[in-house]
Amino acid sequence: MDKQKQQQAYENYVKKKTPVHNLPMNMAKAFVAGGVICTVGQAILNYCGRLGLDKDVSGGWTSMILVILSVILTGFNIYPRIAKWGGAGTLVPITGFANSVAAPAIEYKKEGQVMGIGCKIFTIAGPVILYGIFTSWILGFGYWILKVSGII
Amino acid sequence: MVKGLQSIAFRESPYLVSSASVAGKKEGEGPLGKMFDMVEQEDLFGENTWEEAESTMQKEACLLAMGKAHVKPKDVRYLFGGDLLRQGVATSMGVEELGIPMFGLFGACSTSGEALALASMSVAAGYGEYMLAVTSSHFGSAEKEFRFPLGYANQRPLSAQWTVTGSGAFLVGTKRSHVRITGVTVGKIVDYGLKDSQNMGACMAPAACDTIIRNLEDFGRTADDYNRIVTGDLGYVGQSILFDLMRGKGYDIKKNHMDCGMTIFDQVSQDTHAGGSGCGCAATTLSAYILPKLNRGEWKRVLFVPTGALMSTVSYNEGSSVPGIAHGIVLEHC
Repeated sequence: MDKQKQQQAYENYVKKKTPVHNLPMNMAKAFVAGGVICTVGQAILNYCGRLGLDKDVSGGWTSMILVILSVILTGFNIYPRIAKWGGAGTLVPITGFANSVAAPAIEYKKEGQVMGIGCKIFTIAGPVILYGIFTSWILGFGYWILKVSGII
Repeated sequence: MVKGLQSIAFRESPYLVSSASVAGKKEGEGPLGKMFDMVEQEDLFGENTWEEAESTMQKEACLLAMGKAHVKPKDVRYLFGGDLLRQGVATSMGVEELGIPMFGLFGACSTSGEALALASMSVAAGYGEYMLAVTSSHFGSAEKEFRFPLGYANQRPLSAQWTVTGSGAFLVGTKRSHVRITGVTVGKIVDYGLKDSQNMGACMAPAACDTIIRNLEDFGRTADDYNRIVTGDLGYVGQSILFDLMRGKGYDIKKNHMDCGMTIFDQVSQDTHAGGSGCGCAATTLSAYILPKLNRGEWKRVLFVPTGALMSTVSYNEGSSVPGIAHGIVLEHC
């Protein structure tokens, strides 16, 4: 018990001693970075619409173009530099997801196509995919129950 | 001669015959840039992978250190080496070609101290004329091993440290030089229960404090008996914690303390947050910056205390704390 208290005391002390990023500043930067990415997405969407594509197809093109842009910027080591400034603003949009897949692919390529890229490409994105699918399954199940029981 | 609880004072102190430092591009652009023996502009060192690059650094550092003393690999009795990678592959692959009988070590970033302690003990015991101590770290291989792929877009906390790309090799022997290793204080594992591997300075500071106090007490010295007390890679956060811990135990080392992690990079212009880290941090700084000062007699006696955070990605994910260790090496001008 005494040891636990000591550890807790040291942890609290270290917390006080350790500098952290300025939260309001980080949020402002994330807002700008995320906003710019979304504006680019909206511009692509509008352009596709003007070309006469329907809404779903335009959405598909928008996602694909943003993903490929992020992958190219990752390859040239530019995306990490944007993320250093933009933080969560670059992490949350689809471009962040693309980066989290492209970066391991580049890093682990040297360990081979199967054991390297194959096994490790989703080391970062894997949890997002797993729990994303799992969450949508739970929501779908809840929706089905409500529907069967006649509530909706 | 056994001294106090954890230390050895050599009757016949071995000499630090020669040393060499090899560093990467970012380190070359730092405050110590011009002092390294070799700075490679390309972080792959002409190899295909970060791991091979790290091995090449070690080999180059060993060859340079031996070359300076005109010693051939066959004249070196044993080699003590280690690095941060799994199973110490950077060392095994790096020193393979040299054909020196070797001991592979792991002490995280304190490896340079561990290797120097064992090398000097072996020389002092008369088990050979020359021993080689070598260690290295590489930013690319360390990020890959402990954190994320380099291209991954994440924001590093301000307490995070930047792994030094570099290798330092030290030839310890009976041949006269201007620096002797007069004593060592072998550190024990000190764990204050901290679990934040992104704040290694705070994890290692208690170990540094323990070893420094042990050294002072074992040798009956005060902090003023050393021109400098040099820690390995506590960084800015770890240093301020070390000062507090030392003050709590009645010691003040503020005016003669120096940290390699704070010396090797320029915190502001190089964006390294809390400072440098890695086995290469303490090793290259010792070779490029500290030993020349001892050689010239500018400093008479230095306590070199490289610090290590003993964790693995598995222990970290399983929620274990990050214990620290630090070894003290007493270096004297002669």
